[in-house]
Order: sequence, then structure tokens, then C-alpha cells
Amino acid sequence: MEKKLALYICKGCSIGDAIKTEKMENLAKNKYKCAIAKTSDALCGEDGLAMIKADIAAEGVNTLVLAACSGRVKYEEFDFPGCIVERVPVRELAVWTQEKSDAQLAFEDYVQMGIIKAQKGDMPEPYLMETVKDILVIGGGISGMNAALQAAEAGSKVVLVEKEAALGGFVSKLYKKIPTALPYKEPLIVDAEIEPTIKAVESNANIKVFKSAKVEKIEGQPGAFDVTITANGGSEQVRIGAIILAAGWKPYDASKLGHLGYGKYKNVVTQVELEEIARKGGITRPSDGKPAKKVAFIQCAGQRDANHLPYCSAMCCVTSLKQAKYVRQDPEAVAMILYKDIRTPGRLEYYYKEAQNDPGVMLTKAEVSGVTEGPDGNLFVEMTDSLLGSAVKLEADLVVLATGMVPATADDPVLNLQYRQGPGLPDLELFNGFADSNFICFQYETRRTGVYAAGAVRQPMNMSEAQEDATGAALKAIQSAEHVATGMAVHPRAWDLTYPDPMMTRCTSCKRCTEECPFGAIDEDEKGTPYFKPGRCRRCGTCMGACPERIVSFKDFHVDMIGSMMKACSVPDDEDEPRILVVCCENDAYPAIDTAALQKTKIDPAVRFVTLRCLGSMNLVWLADSFSRGVDGMLLMGCKFGENYQCHFAKGSELANYRLGKVQETLDRLQLESDRVKMVEVAIDEYGKVPQMIADFVEKIKDIGPNPFKGM
Amino acid sequence: MQTSDKPSRILVIGGGFSGLTTAVDAAESGAEVIIVEKNAYLGGRVAQLNKYFPKMCPPVCGLEINFRRIKTNPNVTFHTMAEVTSIAGEPGNYDVTIQVHPRMVNSKCTACNACAEVCPATRSNDFNFGMDTTKAAYLPFNQAFPQHYVIDTKACKKDCGTPCKDACTYGAIDLDMKPETLTLKVNSIVVTTGWNPYDADKIETLGSGKVPNVISNMQMERLAAVNGPTGGAINRPSDGKPVQKIAFVQCAGSRDENHLAFCSYICCMASLKQTLYVREQNPEAEVSIFYIDMRTPGRYEKFLNQIQADQKVTFIKGKVAKIERAKGGDVTVTAEDMLTGDKVEKTFDMVVLATGMEPAGMSHQIPGVNYVEGFAASAAGVYAAGCGRNPMDVSKSAQDATSAALKAIQAGKGR
Repeated sequence: MEKKLALYICKGCSIGDAIKTEKMENLAKNKYKCAIAKTSDALCGEDGLAMIKADIAAEGVNTLVLAACSGRVKYEEFDFPGCIVERVPVRELAVWTQEKSDAQLAFEDYVQMGIIKAQKGDMPEPYLMETVKDILVIGGGISGMNAALQAAEAGSKVVLVEKEAALGGFVSKLYKKIPTALPYKEPLIVDAEIEPTIKAVESNANIKVFKSAKVEKIEGQPGAFDVTITANGGSEQVRIGAIILAAGWKPYDASKLGHLGYGKYKNVVTQVELEEIARKGGITRPSDGKPAKKVAFIQCAGQRDANHLPYCSAMCCVTSLKQAKYVRQDPEAVAMILYKDIRTPGRLEYYYKEAQNDPGVMLTKAEVSGVTEGPDGNLFVEMTDSLLGSAVKLEADLVVLATGMVPATADDPVLNLQYRQGPGLPDLELFNGFADSNFICFQYETRRTGVYAAGAVRQPMNMSEAQEDATGAALKAIQSAEHVATGMAVHPRAWDLTYPDPMMTRCTSCKRCTEECPFGAIDEDEKGTPYFKPGRCRRCGTCMGACPERIVSFKDFHVDMIGSMMKACSVPDDEDEPRILVVCCENDAYPAIDTAALQKTKIDPAVRFVTLRCLGSMNLVWLADSFSRGVDGMLLMGCKFGENYQCHFAKGSELANYRLGKVQETLDRLQLESDRVKMVEVAIDEYGKVPQMIADFVEKIKDIGPNPFKGM
Repeated sequence: MQTSDKPSRILVIGGGFSGLTTAVDAAESGAEVIIVEKNAYLGGRVAQLNKYFPKMCPPVCGLEINFRRIKTNPNVTFHTMAEVTSIAGEPGNYDVTIQVHPRMVNSKCTACNACAEVCPATRSNDFNFGMDTTKAAYLPFNQAFPQHYVIDTKACKKDCGTPCKDACTYGAIDLDMKPETLTLKVNSIVVTTGWNPYDADKIETLGSGKVPNVISNMQMERLAAVNGPTGGAINRPSDGKPVQKIAFVQCAGSRDENHLAFCSYICCMASLKQTLYVREQNPEAEVSIFYIDMRTPGRYEKFLNQIQADQKVTFIKGKVAKIERAKGGDVTVTAEDMLTGDKVEKTFDMVVLATGMEPAGMSHQIPGVNYVEGFAASAAGVYAAGCGRNPMDVSKSAQDATSAALKAIQAGKGR
């Protein structure tokens, strides 16, 4: 598109009181070749908008720089389809946060940066490739089957891969399931649900089922995954748009629970084994087949335990309550549930209440220390800190261990991705091996684009929760395939039509981008040259920040653009007036600054803010260039990183911090103090702290003294 | 996925976290979505939360992304200060009536604050549960979306001469704005009406509303929030004294057949989180948690372990029998320690009641939506998600809402 620039300056919201516009209008026309430079008393008002629209129509301007308020507000008004629109928040950054005496210079800096950004940017053109929208579901248990059915119901074609010879997973091993609706009293026969579900899957024309099958490998990218499935000695390749990982769980290895008698005594069984016993009819004990009359359930067996599973499996309390019902089918029999805490959230509480009302079910808090056996196969459960006393020995003829859930992904990548960064989902140790999201707000996000986990492989959950979960994962998979087909990014930039377009002729194959990409979007060819897979990309720009050759660009975001903006920023000659660039993340740090501005909080006039998609896109060349032209300090504001990271791109802020570790070399070369650059973590609600963080940094820079390159 | 030419049109009732999630997830899958929200802002209950457990991250972070997804997606529209008054029709074809209450401020508002500066009247700040006031011309909170002021005419001084109108140079104030009735045609509906804190005043023994310095967990969120009534300082309401000794009383109304018979799911984690607020702010502070069962399911166990490791935090298994006024604004809690059988009587600076989640349907039901004991229940064409459907936390709400988005799309498909 042939660009024709126009600058519009709003004088409303006290901008007009603080700044003079003539100089900027002239600069825009003469220096920056803007076809138009105009002002308005209220650009967002009817007259202001009409003026812009008239210029678009009559003058053909198509690249609009709006020096007004933050892009976080008035987005409906300032929407001009077909035009590049650059919002320059002079209201917030030059007026509301600045004393009147400092406003003019700040205004001129920000407007010039905005004009350069508009000059250097282009309209996005989506990356289009041939895509399919078929969904692969890995796992044919309750989660996988529901995901497949729900996706098929929405019109998708589905390929389902199950490792066992039959569909159904763990649920088909159960005798009954917990009630899922009022009055939450009686458990329900599982077969009544699972068999119709299996039939529905197997008879659905849009679902192709592979049994006794394995996903051998997955190559390619969302919209065009090539999945190799092996089954019955053969292998088949299918093309897939998006993937649902519903590989389920296995019970924790009870043989590790010798202190509870498992493997030593025949009458110590797991919850899963008790289901098998119950399916045969009646609760009997393995040692002699006699009906069990006193059954003890040991909750959290190897769970909530630093030596075994540190987490709670969320379904065992209610499973034991259900199994107590099995025991109580014999009115003579009693069930004893020994718990740390009974966890029946929500309306499952009614089910707990039902058990409490049954005199044949005894419930007590207890710390179980061991299980021993008597001569007749009876068992003695030793426990402390119980509601029955501090040291109690309880006799039972059958002991049931509530062992927990271990996700399939704990020791197997399952996906077998042929990605440079490895076959599975990264960093699952953060989630005890579960294929979970680190985001509270965005549950299905994994760090492999187009892969969504569902059910017990994602989080410990019960059967009805898994069914809901599968439906959500189906939506995310469908959505991802749809977005890739139009060249649009998925979460968290689900509007973005740009993509990284590296100038490969200048690539030195240093592989920093392939190593750093948080989403594994960049592979390497046989020669070790990076190979971008745009379908996997989330558009954070981490590759752009990592690249020492500065070859990665997006249409509206690249190293030269940001670097040129920084160069347009004034550096006062006066040694008492430092210039500090604050490079900040647009997702959290910038909104925090915006909020400080809304409250008219004053921010030190030494700083100029430059926002990035993610701090991960911060390229060290900007630091070198800025310091060599006399900028006194650089402050980087990114999201919190570490275990509870808040970076929307998982690793961006952490990688920026890591790169900063290497900036020393640059500073040494320039013979500058390392304290001139600093990174701080800023959350979106820390608007109260931001002005002080800046003031402290400015103070430090003043202590260090002016940059010797100033004025050179 | 849209095999028919016309996209699904979905109404989302409630613009809290669940509703926003359903809306953006459905819209990003090609559906057309209209959100109806009764408050003047989107974000619902989570907008009032200071942090999320267990990451201790700010809720506005996730809201900000969802707002940006709404801003950039022409398939999502929303109405604030609006309520659904009727639903007629059948799956695939609903006629919905919406009542929009007058905001008295139109979209020309630039949030410049000039109206509030000159407004002579004040109102109790419901966003902060009445713990402070705002002007009658106000922004619901500093990061509210949409960033438009509201004029609470019930709080206006009748003879003030409307200086707000004169101060606004953008013509944004329209004090003659009238209620509006809108009608919409949609294919399916998702009900995400959320929850209200249970009114602890109804629990005779726990002192709420009678004993000073007994507050609810939601009030505690506002006290700890930097945009709350104290700027984030956890000071007790009666005299502003920084809190040194504090108690959390779990199951205040929940798991109680006289109040809410169910478990509200979030309160254990919420109290653990609030324990961190107190402990991070004051290294000397002592915290006691009175509980029946500590319910930190799944990987939340780690969060429990973190708090349990703190020597200044005491866990007492036992239901609280009574809460009474003590000397100098202090509060006495009496309970039985179920493990030792001993009676425990302790005095605190402040007591936080972990009040439960009352689904919105217990106080207000939308005609045409299915309810079971106050919980919204899914039916063909009208789906329920989030805390209005079942007690759950934010992450489960997000999951539930995504799931509801697909059901709503399926229901509208091909019609």
C-alpha cells in the first residue's frame, strides 16, 4: 500500500492547555512528509471524527497518527478500516503524568516516535497456507470420547487414537459412578452411560477410531500436522488441524506404599481394584473370598505426601464415599473412612452428608501410620491424631487405599512431536507432570500451539468434570484450526494477522531463536538453519528479540522500527537532564502506566516509554544504539517471571532478563556502568508503584552521572 | 466450523469472567455474541478481587486480555447496566427483551474526571462494599471497562444545578437519559450470572453486622486492594488500626443446612490467599484459621503446604460456636477444637468470615432460564456456566465457560 500520512492532534482532556501544536504540525509536514497535520478540540467528538473521515475520502490519507489518548480507550471511535492507525497517548504520557513545564518536549518526542512507527509499519498480510481442520484426539477414555463427539457435533472430522483394544478408559473399569445431579444420594451404574458413549463414537461417520494404536510422531504445524499412527503392526499418516490430548491417567504405583501393607497383605487393595471386585458382585476379600464386613478406606494413600504424590487427586474422597455405598449394600457391613480432610466441593457436599447420615459409615480424621496383619488375614490400621484419640488401632477385614492419579504425561511425552525443542509439552514439572496451563484465566493453553489438553491428563478431576473439560478443549481445537486457516494468531494475540518473516539470507544459524521460542515454533533444517513454522507462532516476537542479526520482522513490528523510534527521542544536552528510555510490555506494564496516568500521577520527566508486544522481543541492539547516542539509562518493565510467571507468552520477560545478563559486554565496550540498565517486574495492578520505581531508577542514573556519549 | 452461511448468534447473560470467556471463545470461533451485563462495567466479581490464588497474580491482567479481545473483535458487542427481562422461543430461535438502565453518561465520555471534580454529592461505594464513598458522578473503579463514568441520580443533590453537565466539554452527560428496551433475536443463550456473597448477617452466632471488625472475605479483598478504601492497607474498619491478630472463620454459612447446604469451593483457598495478604504486609501478624476440612483440591495442595509452613499461622479444626465483641474493638472467637476436644477462646483485632457463594439465581431468576435450588441449569438452547451453575473458582469458570461456548455454537448451527 502506498502510504499517505496524516497527523491529527487532539487538544481535549487538557492537552491543549499544556502544549503548543504549531511546531509539531510544521515538523510533521516538512520533516516527516505528512500530507496533513491538523488539530481538533476533541478528536473523538463528532467534528474530529468527521474531519478525519473527510480527509480519508478527499485526500486519500491512509496512515493516521492520532496524538490523543491511549489506544486502550476510544477504540470504537478511532477505528478506520483500511487505514494504518497509530495511537500516540500524549494525553497520558505527555500531559497527565507530566508537569506543564515538561509536557511540550514529551509531546514532541512521543508524536515523532508515533510518526516513525507509522512510517515504518505496514498493513498486516496474513500467512496463508493450505490447512485442514480435522481434529486428532489422543485417548479414548471418557474425556477423549466426549471431545470427539463434541467436535463432531460441531461439524469437525475427528481421528481418535486409543492405546487399548477397546474404548472406555478407566471409566469402563468402574462399577458405579458418583451422582452428578440432585439429590446426590445414590451412585449410578457406569455401564448405562459408557456403553452408549462408546457406541456413539464408533458409529459416528465423522469420527475415525484407531484402537490398540499409538501416535508414533507428529510433524508440521497447526492446520497442517502430519500425524503418524501405528496400529495393528501397520502405520498410517493423517493430516490434522488441531490436537486434543486426552491421554488420561494411571493410578499411583501402590507397591511403593509398603507401609500401608500393599503387596504384603492380600486384603489391602486399591480403589481401582475395589471397583473390579464390586463389578463381580459383592465386596469380598481377596485372601479367602469371604464377604468383607469391616472395610477401612485410607484416604490420601501416597498423596498429599512429599514422599509420594505431593498433590491431592480431587476425586478420591468422593470415590471412597461411593465405595462405602458398595460396602453398605450388605446391611451388616460397615465402612470406615480415615481421612486428612474430606474434600467434597460444591454440591458433592450433599453426598458427604448422605454418608454422614448412615450409621454404617464411620468417618474420622486420622493420620494413618501403618497397616499390620493378624493371623486370620484381618488387618490393623494404626493411626494418630484422629477424632477417636491420639493413638488408635482399628481392625478391618479389608483395607482400601485411595491412591492418586498420575497423569499420562508424567513420564511419557505422548505427543511425540518432531520439534526441535523436544517431543512433549515443556516444563510440565511446574504442574507435577500434568499437561496443565499456567494461566488461571486461560485453562487450555499449552506451550504447543494447536494442542489442547482435556480431562485427567490436564488436572486431577472426576468423571463429570472431565466431560465438561473435553467440550471446552474441543472448542479450543476447533478455534485454533479456524484461526490458522485465516492466518490469524491464537491466544493471547487472537486478533493478530502478522507473522514473523525472517530475512533468511542474513541468518548465521546461531540458533538463538530456535532455542528461545517459548512455543517451539522454529525448527532447524538438515544444515542447522532455522525454519519458521508460522502456524505454531503466537507472535510474541521473542525470536525478533533474540536475533543478533536483527533479521526477524513483522509487518507492524520490527527491530528497525523500534530502534528508529528510540532514535527520534530527544536527548537533552544539559547534564542535569538525563534521558531514560523505559521499554515496557504492552500487556501489563503499559496498562499500569495508563492507570497511573488516569489518576494524574506524575512521573519523572526524564523518561520516555516505548512499548513492545512482549518484553521477550527486546533486542539488545536497541540498548547499544541508545547508549551510544547518549541515553543515560534504560529501564525494562516486564511481567513477573519464575514459577508463577505472568508473562502472557510464558517466557518472554524471563528471556529478556536472561539477555540482559549478556548486555555487560556491550556496556563494557562502550565503557559504561552496568547499572545504567535494569529490568523490573511490573504487574498490571502495580500502577501505584511504577512512579516510584522510575524515580528510584532516575535517582540512580543521576548518581552515576551523565552518559559520556551525550552530545557526541 | 460455521458450515451454514449465517454465524450463530449467542446471547451471554452476565459479563463476569465466565461470560467474557464464553463470549470471546465463541466469537473467536466465528459466532456473533452479545453480552448483557447488569453492572456499569465488565468483569463481574473478579474485578473486585485483589489477587488470584494460588499465583497471587492480579485479576485485571486476565481481564485486560479479554477486553482487548473484545475491542479487536467486531463479533462481540455488549450492553452494560442492562438486564434480561424475558426470553421467548425455542432452541435456535429466541426473542429476548433487555432493559437498559440509564447511565446518564454517553459514549462521548473521555474519563477526564471533570464531572466528578465538580460533583457536590457522594454515594456509598458498592464496589468497595460500602467501606468508602464516591462522588455521585463516578468511575466504578480505576481500571473499569468500558472507561466511562456513571451518574448515580439516586445520590444526586436535586438542587445542585448540574455542574457536572457544565464541566463536561464533550457533551457526554445526559441527565434526561431514559431506560431503554431492546429486543434481540438469538440462536442460543449462555447464562453466566455468577454469584453474590452470602449475607453473613443471617448467621446469628457469627457477629456479622453486630460486632465491629467482623468482615466478610469479599470485604477483605477490597481492604487488601490498592484501589480499595484503604489503598491496600489491611486496617480494621472501626479505628483503622493495622491488623496484628486476625482470624479466618471457614464455612460461614456454607455446609450448613440452615444457610447454604453446599460447599462453596473457593473459601478455603481464599482464606489461605488472604492469610498471605496479611503476612506479606505485616511480618509480625498472627493468623488463626478455624476450619472443618481444609479443601484445597488437586494441585492447590501446594498452596496449603506453603501456608502451613508459616509458623505464624495456626490451623484449628473446629466449627466456630460464637463471635463476640471484646474490649477496644477486639473480637472474641469461641470454638471447639475437634482434635483435642478443648474449648478454644481467642481474641483478635479482626475476624474475616469466609462467607460462601450464593448463586445469583437464589435472589433473582431470569424468566425462561431453568433453575434448580437457585443454581442455573443447562437445557437445550439455554446453557449455564460458571458460579451461577455450581460453586467453582476462576479457573474452573474459565473451563466451564469455554465448554458452554461450544454447546451454544452447536445449538445455533445451521439455523
